[in-house]
Amino acid sequence: MMLNRRNFAVSAAAMAIALAYGPAGAAGKYDPGASDTEIKIGNTNPYSGPASAYGTIGKAIAAYWKMVNDNGGINGRKINFISLDDSYSPPKTVEQTRKLVEQERVLLDFQPLGTPTNTAIHKYMNAKKVPQLFVATGAGKWGQPKKYPWTMGWQPAYPGEAKIYASYLLNNKPDAKVAILYQNDDYGKDYLNGFIAGLGAKAKTMIVAKESYETSDPTVDPQVIKLKASGADVFFNITTPKFAAQAIRKVYDLGWQPLHFLNNVSTSVGGVLKPAGLEKSVGLITTAYLKEATDPQWANDADMKAWNAWMDKYLPGGDKSSSFNVYGYAVSATMHEVLKRAGDNLTRANIMKQAASLKGLKVPLLLPGITVDTSPTDFYPIECARLAKFDGHKWQLVGDVLCPKK
Amino acid sequence: MDAQLGAKVREIAALASGAKLSRLQWIGIAVAIAVGLIVPLLVSDYRTFQFTLVLVYAMAVLGLNILTGFNGQFSLGHSAFFAIGAYTAAIMMDHWEIAYYWTLPAAGVVCLIAGFLFGLPALRLEGLYLALATFALSIATPPLLKYDHLSEWTGGVQGVVITKPDAPFGLQISQDNWLYYFTFVVLLVLYFCAWNLLRGRTGRALKAIRDNPIAAQAMGINTALYKSLTFGVSALYTGVAGALGAIAIQFVAPDSFTFFLSVAILVGMVIGGIGSIPGSIFGGIVIVFVPNVAEQISKAAPWAVYGTLLILCMYFMPLGIWGFIRMGYARLTRRRKAD
Repeated sequence: MMLNRRNFAVSAAAMAIALAYGPAGAAGKYDPGASDTEIKIGNTNPYSGPASAYGTIGKAIAAYWKMVNDNGGINGRKINFISLDDSYSPPKTVEQTRKLVEQERVLLDFQPLGTPTNTAIHKYMNAKKVPQLFVATGAGKWGQPKKYPWTMGWQPAYPGEAKIYASYLLNNKPDAKVAILYQNDDYGKDYLNGFIAGLGAKAKTMIVAKESYETSDPTVDPQVIKLKASGADVFFNITTPKFAAQAIRKVYDLGWQPLHFLNNVSTSVGGVLKPAGLEKSVGLITTAYLKEATDPQWANDADMKAWNAWMDKYLPGGDKSSSFNVYGYAVSATMHEVLKRAGDNLTRANIMKQAASLKGLKVPLLLPGITVDTSPTDFYPIECARLAKFDGHKWQLVGDVLCPKK
Repeated sequence: MDAQLGAKVREIAALASGAKLSRLQWIGIAVAIAVGLIVPLLVSDYRTFQFTLVLVYAMAVLGLNILTGFNGQFSLGHSAFFAIGAYTAAIMMDHWEIAYYWTLPAAGVVCLIAGFLFGLPALRLEGLYLALATFALSIATPPLLKYDHLSEWTGGVQGVVITKPDAPFGLQISQDNWLYYFTFVVLLVLYFCAWNLLRGRTGRALKAIRDNPIAAQAMGINTALYKSLTFGVSALYTGVAGALGAIAIQFVAPDSFTFFLSVAILVGMVIGGIGSIPGSIFGGIVIVFVPNVAEQISKAAPWAVYGTLLILCMYFMPLGIWGFIRMGYARLTRRRKAD
């Protein structure tokens, strides 16, 4: 059929009406990045550069959304996951995040990784009112709903973890004498201040010695020797992997046998405890909130079976002993639930509202008893953890779920 | 008759040495400025932001070019000067609430002094040894910025967050557009100064030192002074670029100024065109866009693609992009004349 002038006018008018009323006629309410058929999710991860080991998490998350799409998506919408490389460099994160928000027009930014990188976009995301959800860092500053209502963490924050150790001491060893070794930066101070706050009024009497180190120090042996001389019977080890291994070894070699808390940052058996000496690591205590894929007690666990099947199908060749793959799956499952609950109201405000009203949410691969809880005033999704003790081969969970006191 | 001939010879010599611009070069500059002015009106804010970064890196590349391209001194330490400029701007804006435009001269002066002082010991080092010394400078920068006693100013690992300036005089343009034009004007001023510096006596002295330091000294050039001053001026350019970069990104942190930034500036200079002022603009474009292109080609191994692109560039354009353009133009005009 030839398109004459009248036909053209009629069809143009029809199209204008369709454009004007089309979206309203459909079921959903949408912000940029969402439609009847698709939800666009942005992400930045270090796929290259010095921190590229973390890139595993981004790949695991992409594999998770692939599974979701193969199973029909969320409420009939496919997930379009756009993950960009920022090399762990803050200027690049700003550039890539602006690309995601302004050019790709994503609905939200999910799991951007790293503390300096997230700090670089913190203000921008909140000025643009785009959700910066479940960021991949344990710093304490992601839970400030009043100042930054569009940003939320996910994993237990460092101060919260320190408070768990503190409440354990107050309950079980109230007359302890505590010595602390910490890395002299924001991460170390986050733990230290959380621990002091957790002990409350007793902090002054219980903490008998504090020593710090710089990442440029060749060794922490002198600090450990000083801490032992203080006569402490509890040692809180706030160190990154290399220094953790040195400290564990030195404590053992000195014949010092304190109750030894090791922060969650340095619990890798292969990366920390083996170099320190497995026999020297016996008795270390840390916290855990995720199931370990290598732990035989979860062999028949339904979630773990599903995870194994997912690994085989979507990440063939992926490392099943890497906790990053467990982490990526669990955090994506949380996001999945939030999007499901948002239903057809896919506005950024509603996404934040749903993310801030999770009550006792059971997420696959979290340890039994640990749930995701948020509220409009609580932007720390996972706060509780269980203690785990090293038996010379692996971490053994001990005791009940502990939560930091508010 | 002789006087006329002499004038003609001087004219040709001036054109050949770059002391004067030919009509074609004037047209090229006018077109470049016109394009630079129009671009932000045609693209999104995000693209404008990227082009602002191109200008920033073009400034840093020009700084390195003055040092390496014109004076023959190697540096892998320009990330340090970039960081000093960025932190100067961030600290002034965050701690003392000084307006952003005042931070540029301050960053320039601080870096000029830092560069000059670093240039003094560098006098004893030549070629690869100088490259190693400057390499040390760039890897020492991030830990120094994290240093505890400085962290009251530098913000330690957290860095400093700064606020983006609004357009003044009630101009109805976005922050990104305003910052672009602001950077553009600074770039023009700096490029003009560089051209003016390099086309006369000083430029000839710098090139003489590059080509044959002993002969230069024999001609009465104070090589030590010139070399240290060149280091200072080079650092000044990079420092101003750092300050503008900090304002555009709105954030400085030690992790932003790793050794890799030095390498990126060096790559930008080589691909853009060593010893060429307009080539530095292409250097800025390479720094911002080539990694993005590489990522689009392969997510799994972006750096392998990046490396391949670099090798291809060096193979097909051994004199850099600007050298390629010049050679192409020369070949075209020669053919036309032959016809």
